[in-house]
Amino acid sequence: MSAFKDPFDAGTSLTRGCSCGHHHSEAEHQADLAVHSSDSEALSNRVVEAAVMRALFPHDATRRRFLNAVGASTAMAAISSLFPLGMAKEAFAQSTGPLEKSSIKVGFIPITCATPIIMSQPMGFYGRQGLNVDVVKTAGWAVIRDKTLNKEYDAAHMLSPMPIAISLGVGSSPIPYTVPAIENINGQAITLSIKHKDKRDPKSWKGFKFAVPFDYSMHNYLLRYYLAEHGLDPDRDVQIRSVPPPEMVANLRADNIDGFLAPDPVNQRAVYDGVGFIHTLTKDLWPGHPCCAFAASKEFVTRMPNTYRALLKAIMEATAFAAKPENRKQIAEAIAPANYLNQPVTVIEQVLTGTYADGLGNVKKDANRIDFDPFPWHSFAIWIMSQMKRWGQIKGDVDYAKVAREVFLATDAAKLMKEVGMKPPTTTSKKFSVMGKEFDPAKPDAYIASFAIKRT
Amino acid sequence: MKSLLSWRAPALSLMVFLLMIGIWHALTLPKVMPVTAESEYAALVGTAAATGQKSAFPSPADVGAKIMQHLGEPFYDRGPNDKGIGIQLAYSIARVMLGYLLAALVAIPVGFLIGMSPTVYRALDPYIQVLKPISPLAWMPLALFTLKDSSISAIFVIFICSLWPMLINTAFGVSSVRKEWLNVARTLEVGNMRTAFRVILPAAAPTIMTGMRISISIAWLVIVAAEMLVGGTGIGYFVWNEWNNLSITNIITAILAIGMVGMLLDLMMAKLTKLVTFPE
Repeated sequence: MSAFKDPFDAGTSLTRGCSCGHHHSEAEHQADLAVHSSDSEALSNRVVEAAVMRALFPHDATRRRFLNAVGASTAMAAISSLFPLGMAKEAFAQSTGPLEKSSIKVGFIPITCATPIIMSQPMGFYGRQGLNVDVVKTAGWAVIRDKTLNKEYDAAHMLSPMPIAISLGVGSSPIPYTVPAIENINGQAITLSIKHKDKRDPKSWKGFKFAVPFDYSMHNYLLRYYLAEHGLDPDRDVQIRSVPPPEMVANLRADNIDGFLAPDPVNQRAVYDGVGFIHTLTKDLWPGHPCCAFAASKEFVTRMPNTYRALLKAIMEATAFAAKPENRKQIAEAIAPANYLNQPVTVIEQVLTGTYADGLGNVKKDANRIDFDPFPWHSFAIWIMSQMKRWGQIKGDVDYAKVAREVFLATDAAKLMKEVGMKPPTTTSKKFSVMGKEFDPAKPDAYIASFAIKRT
Repeated sequence: MKSLLSWRAPALSLMVFLLMIGIWHALTLPKVMPVTAESEYAALVGTAAATGQKSAFPSPADVGAKIMQHLGEPFYDRGPNDKGIGIQLAYSIARVMLGYLLAALVAIPVGFLIGMSPTVYRALDPYIQVLKPISPLAWMPLALFTLKDSSISAIFVIFICSLWPMLINTAFGVSSVRKEWLNVARTLEVGNMRTAFRVILPAAAPTIMTGMRISISIAWLVIVAAEMLVGGTGIGYFVWNEWNNLSITNIITAILAIGMVGMLLDLMMAKLTKLVTFPE
């Protein structure tokens, strides 16, 4: 996201990596930068400026010296006389070809993971790309899968393991599917019924009934992982069922289940209604884990490249906008009405701002409770497949890297992230750790073998 | 005696209604509890949760207010996922009517043919008996998979559930036309078509209409479930959307509306049945 930075600021660097040195990781650096940049039109202008400056001064140090010597406004005037910045900015804005289809339908499930897809409608991100998008609320993951496979929807909000499962033909007929962007990172939680408020140790959860949104979901894999790390076998010691998010709070209230690992606003809604409490946020299991994905069929991507590009660009711009904490309140207001999430505004606001009631009488603050980073890391896909294999959803050998490459379209995402002024990472794979255990995307089979509780 | 009866029944109805509302009201009276949570926390949760309780079932007054609100603005349209209850009901009725009429177009002629021939009747009976008890919703995944369109699938589900009662009743009505009438027609040398339309159809009409009346009730029962499943539009979707928001007041409003429409559809069919009945 360094392209968001003001290239006319002598203090910033336009080269890759966290060059400012103040942050531990690139992600933190990006999050910080996002705070300081303005709206997306200004962003797109800034991208052009940054590109021109980078072209003129390939060495960052030279640019900084130049700016320090003459001052930003003089530099801008000087560069403008050399290079028509205004024209370049306009050309960039109109660089897409004619849209193959301007009226499109995108399906979503009413949860905060869908924030970029939903907010783009009321906040005009689709409109700015010349798209007339109907965002259609859908009853469940199986229905959204079928309606997308039917081509009733041009693209859809899915759980990030779903496109992998669809491509592999697990739980449906195999159809090449793609994830051009991850919608959100973090943003899930384990919520327990209020009657279990004294059972905070997972070891005491034997015999519990849990709900997850879908079999092929990060929620299922994270809950299984969490339970297994605490010595509980998720298939034998507890019961895990798949329950659509809207029905979870009703089930918790009726004592049909003891808890769930669910997307927000379901967790916060359980607190709001006094039914449950938030045991732990999933970001504390795996900080920055992906959750939902923006998904489209390979056919849509190849048959309507311009529409796909425009749609993805709108999503990217929305994601960049949502990544900034100061915009979150405004987004909460836009997506809370009945047409979208249909929840009280305060519930959505608590999820997005991270200042929330935990259900036990405490007000907690965690600005990263949910965050937005569109880059579809191949290593995420490989981790998902490792868990599919660990729990017996897929059998036999899997070409992890190939499937990850074909489904998670990191190259397209990187290209568009650059276009809207975000800075994509230079690699497509990274190591990360889940509950303190490192995952090496190069050795998924060894990773699976290292677990004591598994179904292989 | 008759005048006494004419006001007694409505008076009793009214008393039952008031009694039910009274019990409901008494059960949902807010319990007075001390506010246990601090104000910052209380601002973030619902009023019930702030006092350490689960959110309560709405009172009759809450539901009444919600109903008035919906009646005041039944046809608003705020985007594809938020439409007034009137529009949602219209979508559901349209789907039911379409599926139902298609089913009638198929069931009545086919039932007629089956009923005319005892051999065909017996040959097809096992299939009908197996297909009839299948819950129409069980067809939904199959329909979505093969028809590849959710609104057509919903209509198909209505079609399939209204088909069997009409088919069976038509076949039964046609096959049980009194033999003497057919014999009379034969002695008068009435043509086949003429027999079918002038003798059999009027004789079987009351039975056919009963089948149609059963069908429309089933179709109305099924549409709500079908729409909850596929989403998008309709009163079933409305219920699902409000379930999502845990809004019991809206759900009760929708339940009442569903009941009213169901009653009207049934009354309409009852009136039509009366038109074709004849004294024997």
